[in-house]
Amino acid sequence: MKRVAVIVFPGSNCDADTLVAARDAGSDAYFVWHRDTDLRQADVVILPGGFSYGDYLRSGAIARFSKVMAAVTAHARAGGPVLGICNGFQILCEAGLLPGGLMRNAGLRFVSRPVRVRVEQTDTPFTCSYERGEVLQLPVAHGDGRYVVDARTAAELEASDRVVWRYVRDNPNGSTRDIAGVTNAGRNVVGIMPHPERANAPALGGQDGARVFHSMEARHATQHAVDVRAVDDRQLRV
Amino acid sequence: MNAYRVEVRVMPRAALLDPQGQAVEHALQALGFAEVCRVRVGKHLVVELEAASRDEALARARAMCDRLLANPVTEDYDVAVEGGASR
Repeated sequence: MKRVAVIVFPGSNCDADTLVAARDAGSDAYFVWHRDTDLRQADVVILPGGFSYGDYLRSGAIARFSKVMAAVTAHARAGGPVLGICNGFQILCEAGLLPGGLMRNAGLRFVSRPVRVRVEQTDTPFTCSYERGEVLQLPVAHGDGRYVVDARTAAELEASDRVVWRYVRDNPNGSTRDIAGVTNAGRNVVGIMPHPERANAPALGGQDGARVFHSMEARHATQHAVDVRAVDDRQLRV
Repeated sequence: MNAYRVEVRVMPRAALLDPQGQAVEHALQALGFAEVCRVRVGKHLVVELEAASRDEALARARAMCDRLLANPVTEDYDVAVEGGASR
């Protein structure tokens, strides 16, 4: 059972759904308030969706400087798995833990509907329970979801297999190369614009998102985190 | 220390799609302003601060832009300083 910290910012609104989805997958999930500095020995950190700090200035721009983000950054730099969903993805980009940025949807309207995404990479802590090429139906709900990167970074992302999900047929926001989710060079930090936690059970209209959370419980997925914990334990003993 | 008023202009990168600018552009053309070729929409921030000199006020404002006010991936900024009267 993995310890999963779901970070709560002022304005987060998918935190409870995300906690339930992680618990349904068998994780020991708990909330961590944005003012806390201790992730309480988390194996995995999730930044949930919402409108942290009212999306003022830019989505994620202010949340990125929350006290808890120093601990999240340290966890990520040490190889610990981090997932950012929607606003969480925006925060990870603002924090520089993922490349690129998320801008106003090309169609200007807030989009809230199911979309189809293809799983492009399965060697991340959040996609290892999927088959490569699988097409999922997941809901999106965002106004600032247009992922942009410069051409050079986009080419680099493709060449290093770091586009994790891609919209198929219908791109809801005009993102570069139909990108719906990416990972960092270490493949431990992942961001996704659609909401897997909202497609977690048949009663919600589908369960294509559930395996994002089941993936966290898969053994190899959290190997890095185990290493991180070992380092922490050593420090504790000293 | 002197009081300065810094005006910061943040614009979406020229190469990136600016759907807000396009929407405003089309609205202006629809209103009969046929001469409009392109509109871009950005942000204007006014920061009042204290600094020892105009140069320091400018340097601090630039640091604020690099750190928070603009996203270097998606936006460009420029900064203008006003004021400098002693308090």
